[in-house]
Amino acid sequence: MKFRTYFDVDGVDRSGLASQVAAQHDRVHQRLGTVRRVVAIMSGKGGVGKSYCTAGIATAAAHGDRAVGVLDADLRSPTVARLLDARGPLAVDADGVRPATGIGGVRVMSSEFLLDTGRPLAWQEPEGHAFVWRGTLEAGALREFLADVVWGELDLLLIDLPPGADGVADLRTLVPDLSGIVAITIPSDESERSVSRAMRAAHEAGIPLLGVIENMSGVRCAGCDHIGPLFTGNAGKALAAEFGIPLLAQIPFDPASPDTPALWRQVLQLLLREPA
Amino acid sequence: MKFLCVDCDEQMPLEERREPGDGTFAASFRCPRCDRSVVMLANPAETRLVGALGVKIGGRELDAAPMELVRGNIVGRTDAFTEAERRSGRPVWTADAEGRLARVPNFVHGMVKKIYTEYAVEHDITEITPEVMDQARSELGLEGM
Repeated sequence: MKFRTYFDVDGVDRSGLASQVAAQHDRVHQRLGTVRRVVAIMSGKGGVGKSYCTAGIATAAAHGDRAVGVLDADLRSPTVARLLDARGPLAVDADGVRPATGIGGVRVMSSEFLLDTGRPLAWQEPEGHAFVWRGTLEAGALREFLADVVWGELDLLLIDLPPGADGVADLRTLVPDLSGIVAITIPSDESERSVSRAMRAAHEAGIPLLGVIENMSGVRCAGCDHIGPLFTGNAGKALAAEFGIPLLAQIPFDPASPDTPALWRQVLQLLLREPA
Repeated sequence: MKFLCVDCDEQMPLEERREPGDGTFAASFRCPRCDRSVVMLANPAETRLVGALGVKIGGRELDAAPMELVRGNIVGRTDAFTEAERRSGRPVWTADAEGRLARVPNFVHGMVKKIYTEYAVEHDITEITPEVMDQARSELGLEGM
Protein backbone atom coordinates (compact mmCIF):
# COMPACT_ATOMS: atom_id res chain seq x y z
CA MET A 1 0.00 0.00 0.00
CA LYS A 2 1.27 3.44 -0.83
CA PHE A 3 0.23 6.44 1.27
CA ARG A 4 1.52 9.79 2.43
CA THR A 5 2.73 10.38 6.00
CA TYR A 6 2.06 13.21 8.50
CA PHE A 7 4.27 15.95 7.08
CA ASP A 8 3.35 15.06 3.51
CA VAL A 9 -0.28 15.96 4.23
CA ASP A 10 -0.61 19.75 4.15
CA GLY A 11 -4.00 19.99 5.85
CA VAL A 12 -4.49 21.43 9.33
CA ASP A 13 -4.04 19.07 12.29
CA ARG A 14 -7.48 19.43 13.81
CA SER A 15 -6.69 17.41 16.91
CA GLY A 16 -5.38 20.72 18.28
CA LEU A 17 -3.01 18.92 20.65
CA ALA A 18 0.17 20.70 19.61
CA SER A 19 -1.42 24.14 19.76
CA GLN A 20 -2.92 23.42 23.18
CA VAL A 21 0.42 22.27 24.57
CA ALA A 22 2.02 25.41 23.13
CA ALA A 23 -0.69 27.53 24.79
CA GLN A 24 0.03 25.83 28.12
CA HIS A 25 3.71 26.75 27.84
CA ASP A 26 2.79 30.33 26.90
CA ARG A 27 0.71 30.54 30.05
CA VAL A 28 3.68 29.48 32.20
CA HIS A 29 5.83 32.08 30.47
CA GLN A 30 3.24 34.82 31.02
CA ARG A 31 2.74 33.94 34.67
CA LEU A 32 6.45 33.98 35.40
CA GLY A 33 6.86 37.29 33.60
CA THR A 34 6.56 39.05 36.96
CA VAL A 35 9.18 36.85 38.65
CA ARG A 36 12.75 38.16 38.64
CA ARG A 37 14.58 34.90 39.28
CA VAL A 38 13.47 31.27 39.33
CA VAL A 39 15.85 28.96 41.19
CA ALA A 40 15.38 25.23 41.66
CA ILE A 41 16.65 23.41 44.74
CA MET A 42 17.78 19.93 43.79
CA SER A 43 19.49 16.86 45.16
CA GLY A 44 20.31 13.43 43.85
CA LYS A 45 18.90 11.71 46.90
CA GLY A 46 16.26 12.11 49.58
CA GLY A 47 16.89 13.02 53.18
CA VAL A 48 19.58 15.64 52.63
CA GLY A 49 17.36 18.55 53.70
CA LYS A 50 16.29 20.15 50.42
CA SER A 51 13.07 21.45 51.89
CA TYR A 52 14.83 22.67 55.02
CA CYS A 53 17.31 24.61 52.87
CA THR A 54 14.49 25.95 50.66
CA ALA A 55 12.64 27.17 53.73
CA GLY A 56 15.84 28.72 55.15
CA ILE A 57 16.55 30.71 51.98
CA ALA A 58 12.89 31.75 51.64
CA THR A 59 12.73 32.92 55.24
CA ALA A 60 15.94 34.94 54.83
CA ALA A 61 14.46 36.56 51.72
CA ALA A 62 11.17 37.39 53.43
CA HIS A 63 12.95 38.87 56.45
CA GLY A 64 15.06 40.92 54.06
CA ASP A 65 11.92 42.49 52.59
CA ARG A 66 12.16 40.47 49.41
CA ALA A 67 9.04 39.12 47.74
CA VAL A 68 9.58 35.37 47.59
CA GLY A 69 7.55 32.36 46.53
CA VAL A 70 8.11 28.66 47.11
CA LEU A 71 6.74 26.00 44.79
CA ASP A 72 6.89 22.54 46.30
CA ALA A 73 7.47 20.29 43.31
CA ASP A 74 7.85 17.23 45.52
CA LEU A 75 4.25 16.17 44.97
CA ARG A 76 4.64 12.79 46.67
CA SER A 77 6.37 13.94 49.82
CA PRO A 78 5.53 17.60 50.37
CA THR A 79 7.18 19.11 53.45
CA VAL A 80 8.20 22.69 52.76
CA ALA A 81 4.74 24.20 53.35
CA ARG A 82 4.75 22.91 56.91
CA LEU A 83 8.27 24.24 57.49
CA LEU A 84 7.06 27.67 56.37
CA ASP A 85 3.84 27.38 58.40
CA ALA A 86 1.69 27.87 55.28
CA ARG A 87 -1.80 26.39 55.25
CA GLY A 88 -4.80 26.07 52.96
CA PRO A 89 -7.48 26.34 51.82
CA LEU A 90 -6.48 28.05 48.60
CA ALA A 91 -8.70 30.75 47.18
CA VAL A 92 -9.57 30.54 43.48
CA ASP A 93 -10.72 33.40 41.31
CA ALA A 94 -10.83 34.10 37.59
CA ASP A 95 -7.12 34.93 37.54
CA GLY A 96 -6.01 31.70 39.16
CA VAL A 97 -5.25 30.09 42.49
CA ARG A 98 -3.98 32.36 45.28
CA PRO A 99 -0.91 30.88 46.99
CA ALA A 100 -0.99 30.25 50.73
CA THR A 101 1.01 32.64 52.87
CA GLY A 102 3.74 31.40 55.18
CA ILE A 103 6.36 32.87 57.53
CA GLY A 104 7.19 36.46 56.64
CA GLY A 105 4.66 36.51 53.82
CA VAL A 106 6.33 33.78 51.72
CA ARG A 107 3.88 32.70 48.99
CA VAL A 108 3.61 28.92 48.92
CA MET A 109 2.07 26.31 46.63
CA SER A 110 2.25 22.66 47.59
CA SER A 111 0.36 19.40 47.17
CA GLU A 112 0.32 19.45 50.99
CA PHE A 113 -2.73 21.72 50.74
CA LEU A 114 -4.56 19.26 48.49
CA LEU A 115 -4.02 15.95 50.26
CA ASP A 116 -5.83 14.62 53.28
CA THR A 117 -3.56 14.47 56.33
CA GLY A 118 -1.37 11.39 56.24
CA ARG A 119 -2.68 10.20 52.86
CA PRO A 120 -0.32 9.57 49.93
CA LEU A 121 -0.62 11.29 46.58
CA ALA A 122 -3.29 9.52 44.51
CA TRP A 123 -5.11 10.27 41.29
CA GLN A 124 -8.53 9.33 40.00
CA GLU A 125 -7.64 6.46 37.75
CA PRO A 126 -9.03 3.55 35.80
CA GLU A 127 -7.82 0.15 36.97
CA GLY A 128 -4.33 -0.76 35.77
CA HIS A 129 -1.95 0.88 33.32
CA ALA A 130 -1.43 3.85 35.64
CA PHE A 131 2.28 3.81 34.76
CA VAL A 132 1.27 4.89 31.24
CA TRP A 133 -0.07 8.26 32.26
CA ARG A 134 0.92 9.01 35.86
CA GLY A 135 4.23 10.69 35.00
CA THR A 136 2.49 12.85 32.41
CA LEU A 137 -0.15 13.86 34.92
CA GLU A 138 2.45 14.79 37.53
CA ALA A 139 4.35 16.88 34.99
CA GLY A 140 1.00 18.54 34.22
CA ALA A 141 0.50 19.26 37.92
CA LEU A 142 3.89 20.99 38.06
CA ARG A 143 2.90 23.03 35.01
CA GLU A 144 -0.33 24.11 36.69
CA PHE A 145 1.51 25.00 39.90
CA LEU A 146 3.66 27.33 37.81
CA ALA A 147 1.03 28.71 35.44
CA ASP A 148 -2.19 28.82 37.44
CA VAL A 149 -0.94 30.19 40.75
CA VAL A 150 -1.14 33.96 41.06
CA TRP A 151 2.50 34.44 42.07
CA GLY A 152 2.47 38.20 41.43
CA GLU A 153 5.65 40.28 41.54
CA LEU A 154 8.45 38.20 43.05
CA ASP A 155 12.15 38.79 43.53
CA LEU A 156 12.69 35.07 43.80
CA LEU A 157 10.68 31.90 43.16
CA LEU A 158 12.26 28.81 44.71
CA ILE A 159 11.25 25.41 43.36
CA ASP A 160 11.79 22.55 45.78
CA LEU A 161 12.35 19.58 43.44
CA PRO A 162 11.75 15.94 44.34
CA PRO A 163 14.86 13.76 44.90
CA GLY A 164 16.69 12.62 41.78
CA ALA A 165 17.22 14.11 38.36
CA ASP A 166 13.84 13.32 36.78
CA GLY A 167 12.16 16.59 37.67
CA VAL A 168 15.01 18.63 36.25
CA ALA A 169 14.24 17.88 32.60
CA ASP A 170 10.51 18.57 33.07
CA LEU A 171 11.32 21.86 34.73
CA ARG A 172 13.72 22.88 31.99
CA THR A 173 11.01 22.27 29.39
CA LEU A 174 8.48 24.31 31.34
CA VAL A 175 10.81 27.12 32.39
CA PRO A 176 13.41 27.73 29.67
CA ASP A 177 14.49 30.91 31.48
CA LEU A 178 15.28 29.06 34.70
CA SER A 179 17.96 31.10 36.48
CA GLY A 180 19.65 27.98 37.72
CA ILE A 181 19.90 25.19 40.22
CA VAL A 182 21.30 24.94 43.72
CA ALA A 183 22.37 21.43 44.68
CA ILE A 184 22.01 20.21 48.24
CA THR A 185 24.21 17.47 49.62
CA ILE A 186 25.30 16.07 52.94
CA PRO A 187 29.04 15.45 53.48
CA SER A 188 29.02 11.69 52.80
CA ASP A 189 30.65 10.02 49.80
CA GLU A 190 27.36 8.30 48.93
CA SER A 191 25.61 11.64 48.73
CA GLU A 192 28.46 13.07 46.65
CA ARG A 193 28.08 10.35 44.02
CA SER A 194 24.32 10.63 43.91
CA VAL A 195 24.21 14.43 43.79
CA SER A 196 26.97 14.47 41.18
CA ARG A 197 24.81 12.37 38.85
CA ALA A 198 21.85 14.73 39.28
CA MET A 199 24.07 17.78 38.74
CA ARG A 200 25.49 16.18 35.60
CA ALA A 201 21.94 15.71 34.29
CA ALA A 202 21.15 19.36 34.98
CA HIS A 203 24.38 20.49 33.34
CA GLU A 204 23.71 18.36 30.25
CA ALA A 205 20.21 19.85 30.06
CA GLY A 206 21.88 23.26 29.83
CA ILE A 207 20.72 24.48 33.24
CA PRO A 208 23.15 26.82 35.04
CA LEU A 209 24.51 25.34 38.28
CA LEU A 210 24.56 28.20 40.78
CA GLY A 211 26.27 26.45 43.66
CA VAL A 212 26.26 23.73 46.28
CA ILE A 213 25.04 23.79 49.86
CA GLU A 214 26.42 21.18 52.21
CA ASN A 215 23.76 20.49 54.80
CA MET A 216 24.27 18.64 58.10
CA SER A 217 27.87 19.75 57.83
CA GLY A 218 28.90 18.79 61.34
CA VAL A 219 27.06 18.91 64.63
CA ARG A 220 27.52 21.38 67.46
CA CYS A 221 28.34 19.99 70.91
CA ALA A 222 25.83 21.34 73.41
CA GLY A 223 28.50 21.40 76.10
CA CYS A 224 31.53 23.07 74.53
CA ASP A 225 30.02 24.57 71.34
CA HIS A 226 32.61 22.76 69.21
CA ILE A 227 31.35 21.65 65.80
CA GLY A 228 32.41 18.06 65.13
CA PRO A 229 31.73 15.81 62.13
CA LEU A 230 28.33 14.16 61.74
CA PHE A 231 29.27 12.24 58.58
CA THR A 232 32.59 11.29 57.09
CA GLY A 233 33.26 12.87 53.72
CA ASN A 234 33.68 16.22 52.09
CA ALA A 235 30.95 16.21 49.43
CA GLY A 236 30.25 19.96 49.36
CA LYS A 237 33.80 20.99 48.51
CA ALA A 238 34.29 18.04 46.16
CA LEU A 239 31.14 18.81 44.14
CA ALA A 240 31.95 22.51 43.98
CA ALA A 241 35.42 21.65 42.63
CA GLU A 242 34.10 19.03 40.20
CA PHE A 243 31.65 21.45 38.57
CA GLY A 244 33.64 24.66 39.07
CA ILE A 245 30.89 26.36 41.08
CA PRO A 246 30.83 27.98 44.53
CA LEU A 247 30.20 26.14 47.77
CA LEU A 248 27.46 28.53 48.92
CA ALA A 249 27.34 27.42 52.56
CA GLN A 250 28.04 24.61 54.98
CA ILE A 251 25.07 24.36 57.32
CA PRO A 252 25.67 22.56 60.64
CA PHE A 253 23.07 20.16 62.00
CA ASP A 254 21.76 22.68 64.48
CA PRO A 255 18.59 24.42 63.33
CA ALA A 256 18.58 26.64 66.43
CA SER A 257 22.11 27.91 65.86
CA PRO A 258 22.29 31.73 65.96
CA ASP A 259 24.72 31.54 63.03
CA THR A 260 22.35 29.81 60.62
CA PRO A 261 20.23 32.85 59.57
CA ALA A 262 23.42 34.64 58.53
CA LEU A 263 24.37 31.66 56.37
CA TRP A 264 20.98 31.74 54.62
CA ARG A 265 21.36 35.48 54.03
CA GLN A 266 24.77 34.82 52.50
CA VAL A 267 23.26 32.19 50.16
CA LEU A 268 20.43 34.53 49.25
CA GLN A 269 22.79 37.33 48.28
CA LEU A 270 24.60 35.00 45.91
CA LEU A 271 21.35 33.75 44.38
CA LEU A 272 19.98 37.26 43.80
CA ARG A 273 23.19 38.45 42.19
CA GLU A 274 22.65 39.01 38.50
CA PRO A 275 24.89 36.87 36.28
CA ALA A 276 28.00 38.61 34.99
CA MET B 1 -2.97 13.69 14.44
CA LYS B 2 -4.32 13.51 10.87
CA PHE B 3 -6.44 10.87 9.13
CA LEU B 4 -5.91 10.10 5.46
CA CYS B 5 -8.28 8.33 3.08
CA VAL B 6 -5.81 6.14 1.22
CA ASP B 7 -8.07 5.46 -1.76
CA CYS B 8 -8.68 9.17 -2.40
CA ASP B 9 -5.34 10.40 -0.98
CA GLU B 10 -7.42 13.01 0.84
CA GLN B 11 -7.23 14.17 4.46
CA MET B 12 -10.33 13.21 6.46
CA PRO B 13 -11.49 16.03 8.73
CA LEU B 14 -12.72 15.44 12.27
CA GLU B 15 -16.50 15.10 12.17
CA GLU B 16 -17.57 14.29 15.69
CA ARG B 17 -16.11 13.32 19.05
CA ARG B 18 -17.77 11.42 21.87
CA GLU B 19 -16.91 10.65 25.47
CA PRO B 20 -19.46 8.00 26.49
CA GLY B 21 -18.55 8.30 30.17
CA ASP B 22 -16.88 4.89 30.53
CA GLY B 23 -13.37 6.29 30.29
CA THR B 24 -13.11 5.74 26.54
CA PHE B 25 -13.08 8.24 23.71
CA ALA B 26 -14.40 8.09 20.13
CA ALA B 27 -13.74 10.41 17.21
CA SER B 28 -15.13 10.09 13.69
CA PHE B 29 -13.50 11.34 10.50
CA ARG B 30 -15.07 11.49 7.01
CA CYS B 31 -13.47 11.67 3.60
CA PRO B 32 -14.81 14.76 1.79
CA ARG B 33 -14.38 13.07 -1.59
CA CYS B 34 -15.76 9.53 -1.23
CA ASP B 35 -17.78 10.10 1.98
CA ARG B 36 -16.20 7.07 3.67
CA SER B 37 -15.95 7.50 7.42
CA VAL B 38 -13.77 5.93 10.08
CA VAL B 39 -14.09 6.05 13.83
CA MET B 40 -11.09 6.05 16.15
CA LEU B 41 -11.90 4.23 19.39
CA ALA B 42 -9.46 4.87 22.24
CA ASN B 43 -9.33 2.58 25.27
CA PRO B 44 -9.35 4.01 28.82
CA ALA B 45 -5.56 3.99 29.17
CA GLU B 46 -5.08 5.83 25.87
CA THR B 47 -7.83 8.28 26.73
CA ARG B 48 -6.29 8.85 30.15
CA LEU B 49 -2.86 9.48 28.66
CA VAL B 50 -4.19 12.26 26.43
CA GLY B 51 -6.29 13.61 29.30
CA ALA B 52 -3.18 13.70 31.50
CA LEU B 53 -1.73 16.26 29.11
CA GLY B 54 -4.55 18.63 30.03
CA VAL B 55 -5.69 18.87 26.40
CA LYS B 56 -8.91 18.09 24.52
CA ILE B 57 -8.78 16.24 21.21
CA GLY B 58 -10.30 18.49 18.56
CA GLY B 59 -9.55 21.62 20.56
CA ARG B 60 -11.11 23.42 23.49
CA GLU B 61 -14.45 25.20 23.46
CA LEU B 62 -13.74 26.85 26.83
CA ASP B 63 -10.47 28.05 28.31
CA ALA B 64 -9.04 25.77 30.99
CA ALA B 65 -10.16 26.66 34.52
CA PRO B 66 -7.40 27.43 37.04
CA MET B 67 -5.63 24.22 38.01
CA GLU B 68 -8.23 22.21 36.13
CA LEU B 69 -6.04 19.15 35.68
CA VAL B 70 -5.07 18.87 39.34
CA ARG B 71 -8.49 19.70 40.71
CA GLY B 72 -10.19 17.25 38.40
CA ASN B 73 -7.85 14.35 39.05
CA ILE B 74 -6.31 14.40 42.50
CA VAL B 75 -7.78 12.28 45.28
CA GLY B 76 -7.61 14.50 48.31
CA ARG B 77 -9.28 17.15 50.40
CA THR B 78 -12.70 18.28 49.28
CA ASP B 79 -12.16 21.66 50.93
CA ALA B 80 -8.72 22.37 49.45
CA PHE B 81 -10.03 25.23 47.32
CA THR B 82 -12.50 28.00 48.03
CA GLU B 83 -14.02 30.29 45.50
CA ALA B 84 -12.56 33.69 46.37
CA GLU B 85 -15.78 35.61 45.91
CA ARG B 86 -17.42 33.38 48.52
CA ARG B 87 -14.51 33.26 50.92
CA SER B 88 -15.29 36.56 52.61
CA GLY B 89 -18.91 35.52 53.10
CA ARG B 90 -18.10 32.05 54.35
CA PRO B 91 -20.43 30.95 57.14
CA VAL B 92 -19.00 30.40 60.59
CA TRP B 93 -19.48 27.07 62.38
CA THR B 94 -20.56 27.30 66.01
CA ALA B 95 -18.84 25.03 68.53
CA ASP B 96 -22.01 22.92 68.90
CA ALA B 97 -22.26 22.47 65.14
CA GLU B 98 -18.56 21.58 64.92
CA GLY B 99 -19.14 19.04 67.69
CA ARG B 100 -21.93 17.40 65.78
CA LEU B 101 -19.87 17.42 62.59
CA ALA B 102 -17.03 15.69 64.47
CA ARG B 103 -19.29 12.67 64.96
CA VAL B 104 -19.52 12.14 61.21
CA PRO B 105 -17.20 9.33 60.01
CA ASN B 106 -13.80 10.64 58.92
CA PHE B 107 -13.97 9.47 55.32
CA VAL B 108 -17.05 11.59 54.55
CA HIS B 109 -16.25 14.47 56.91
CA GLY B 110 -15.03 16.86 54.22
CA MET B 111 -17.91 16.11 51.89
CA VAL B 112 -20.55 16.57 54.61
CA LYS B 113 -18.98 19.83 55.77
CA LYS B 114 -19.01 21.07 52.18
CA ILE B 115 -22.69 20.19 51.76
CA TYR B 116 -23.71 22.12 54.88
CA THR B 117 -21.46 25.05 53.98
CA GLU B 118 -22.87 25.30 50.47
CA TYR B 119 -26.39 25.09 51.86
CA ALA B 120 -25.65 27.98 54.21
CA VAL B 121 -24.09 30.08 51.44
CA GLU B 122 -27.06 29.47 49.13
CA HIS B 123 -29.47 30.51 51.89
CA ASP B 124 -27.41 33.53 53.01
CA ILE B 125 -26.90 31.93 56.41
CA THR B 126 -23.83 33.38 58.12
CA GLU B 127 -23.66 31.00 61.08
CA ILE B 128 -24.05 27.22 60.97
CA THR B 129 -25.71 25.94 64.13
CA PRO B 130 -27.17 22.49 64.95
CA GLU B 131 -30.58 23.95 64.03
CA VAL B 132 -29.29 24.98 60.59
CA MET B 133 -27.89 21.47 60.18
CA ASP B 134 -31.30 19.99 61.04
CA GLN B 135 -32.97 22.33 58.58
CA ALA B 136 -30.52 21.41 55.80
CA ARG B 137 -30.79 17.73 56.60
CA SER B 138 -34.53 17.87 56.34
CA GLU B 139 -34.59 19.90 53.13
CA LEU B 140 -31.80 18.00 51.40
CA GLY B 141 -32.76 14.53 52.65
CA LEU B 142 -29.47 13.96 54.46
CA GLU B 143 -30.67 11.59 57.16
CA GLY B 144 -27.73 10.25 59.14
CA MET B 145 -25.48 13.25 58.53
